[in-house]
Amino acid sequence: MAKKNPISFHLNVDDFLPATDSEKEALVQMRPSVGFFKDAMRRLVKNKVAMVSLAFIILIMFFSFVVPSFYPYRYNQQIRGSEYLSPMQYSDKELERIEAGEKVFPHILGTDNLGRDYAIRVMVGSRISLLVGLIASAIILIIGSIYGAVAGYFGGWVDLIMMRIVDIIYTIPDILLIVLISFSIAGPLEKLAMMPGFRWIQVIGANLISIFLVFALLYWVGMARIVRGQILSLKQSEYVTAAKALGASNARIIRKHLLTNCIGTLIVTTTLQIPSSIFTESFLSFLGLGVAVPLPSLGSLASDAINGLNTYPYLLLAPAILISLIILSFNLFGDGLRDAFDPKMKS
Amino acid sequence: MLKYIIKRVILAALTIFLVATITFFLMNLVPGGPFVAEKSISEQAQQALFEKYGLDQPLIVQYKNYLVNMLKGDFGLSLKQRGRTVSEIIMSKFPVSAKLGGLSVLTALVIGIPLGSIAALNRGKWIDSVIIVIATCGIAVPSFVLCTVGMYLFGVNLRWLPTFGLSTPLHHILPIFSLSFYPTAYIARLMRSSMLDVIGQDYMRTARSKGLSQFVSLFKHALRNAVMPVVTYVGPLLAYTLTGSFIVEKIFVIPGLGKEFISSISNRDYTMIMGTTIFLAALIIIMNMLVDIVYKIIDPRIKLK
Repeated sequence: MAKKNPISFHLNVDDFLPATDSEKEALVQMRPSVGFFKDAMRRLVKNKVAMVSLAFIILIMFFSFVVPSFYPYRYNQQIRGSEYLSPMQYSDKELERIEAGEKVFPHILGTDNLGRDYAIRVMVGSRISLLVGLIASAIILIIGSIYGAVAGYFGGWVDLIMMRIVDIIYTIPDILLIVLISFSIAGPLEKLAMMPGFRWIQVIGANLISIFLVFALLYWVGMARIVRGQILSLKQSEYVTAAKALGASNARIIRKHLLTNCIGTLIVTTTLQIPSSIFTESFLSFLGLGVAVPLPSLGSLASDAINGLNTYPYLLLAPAILISLIILSFNLFGDGLRDAFDPKMKS
Repeated sequence: MLKYIIKRVILAALTIFLVATITFFLMNLVPGGPFVAEKSISEQAQQALFEKYGLDQPLIVQYKNYLVNMLKGDFGLSLKQRGRTVSEIIMSKFPVSAKLGGLSVLTALVIGIPLGSIAALNRGKWIDSVIIVIATCGIAVPSFVLCTVGMYLFGVNLRWLPTFGLSTPLHHILPIFSLSFYPTAYIARLMRSSMLDVIGQDYMRTARSKGLSQFVSLFKHALRNAVMPVVTYVGPLLAYTLTGSFIVEKIFVIPGLGKEFISSISNRDYTMIMGTTIFLAALIIIMNMLVDIVYKIIDPRIKLK
């Protein structure tokens, strides 16, 4: 080979040969890179306790939202002559019908004092509890995250004033105020429900609305504090500076950059909020400040069952055990989510 | 330090004022008024009643009178229990609730702290798992479930324990058990994680290596530091037992403030509702404030802002 002139433009042809298969293989991505979500989900799926809780939650949701639509009894349907039946027991009338060759669906959990099938009441009751938990947590998520993000992002005196307000709300004993608000607001809401356009209030029930109102007024402060803490550290990041330099508005930075980056915290806190909302709802229903009368809730079912405790204990046990299991599984699932999204927080 | 105390006192006073204001205006939202349930009374009699209780004056004047009287500790006359002032009723009922609440708090601390510590010191062994399971279930069971199921099991079914009243020590077992179960479980969890944190610290190794016995290092160094988070929980714990007593007192028919509050709500006894709310709220807020201040005093590491 001729000696190569150091300043010539002659190229080495060998460098331009097609790549061999072994070289190509080295560049193939063996496994797609694991994103934040996928990583967390992988940890979550491995957590047996969390998965069992999730399966239980889905089962409960199926029974409380899907099953009642094709269940042979309705929650407010009173069957004459079959008051206070034990689980799986038939009344005389129903026995006659069975003799006559008719098929009668068994009362799996018996019936209550008005002859209503208890299984469907428990199912609808847990639907109410779940709905309250989910909606209340959604309200808390929206208000708390926006409030916390604004306070943390702007800092300075905005933060100071906003956090003082949070401090004050934080020290107000919430249960007292809930009882008070649901008591005092029920009347005006019922009046409002009479007006055209506000009929939906009657369907939901004034008490439930006041429960949501209280959650919206008081319960978001915990969420706001957590979000603010996250935002305070996140806003120092380079990508926020970059977004600012590119002229992004404050709202856009909060929405697109800051809140999306504390999504893990938001998911975990919201999930753990659900059981505590269910807890509060059952507490209020038990005191008679919950859902309106024909609608059952797990708390009011348990409360109604106390009077007949000696003779009909199963009326108490079904809702009592169910509410504990629902709260327990949401707690365990929330713990699992926290471990998955933030392994450092695991104790 | 003084600055911090002043700040906390102002915050507490502001909160109590806010609660009083909210309570007042919420009560005025209630339609019908307190004398609606009464048998039809004449216009004049109603007028006389309104004048007696000052309900005929403009709202803002009522509000002012109410605040001034509240500062004097006067919540007015009960509307339903004729001839008794609200303060009188509160003072006669509160000791019952305070005793029940105090015993429950004590039970929760006395059982919860050792449970959490034992779990942490035996991390990963079966006793740890047992305590974790109990504690996890404990925070999931609402108190009304505990009350009612406990009443059914031990009162109705086994007939071991009486189910209502508070006359003998035996009567106390079920209410205190139901009221302290949740906080016990919560404290055990709190204590376990903070104990785990503390026994991994360097000063624990130092204490052991300089020849301190296991006992001394555990009690003088570990426990004292680990118990800190529990101290902060005492405030919320008090609030929990006071409001939790609504249900416990209702179920076990205990003549305390909680039962009084619930019945004043169903009786629409306005002054009683306002008085009890503000009394309980102020109690909880002041207790929280004291706990926070004490916490800063006993733990100098906490940054004073």
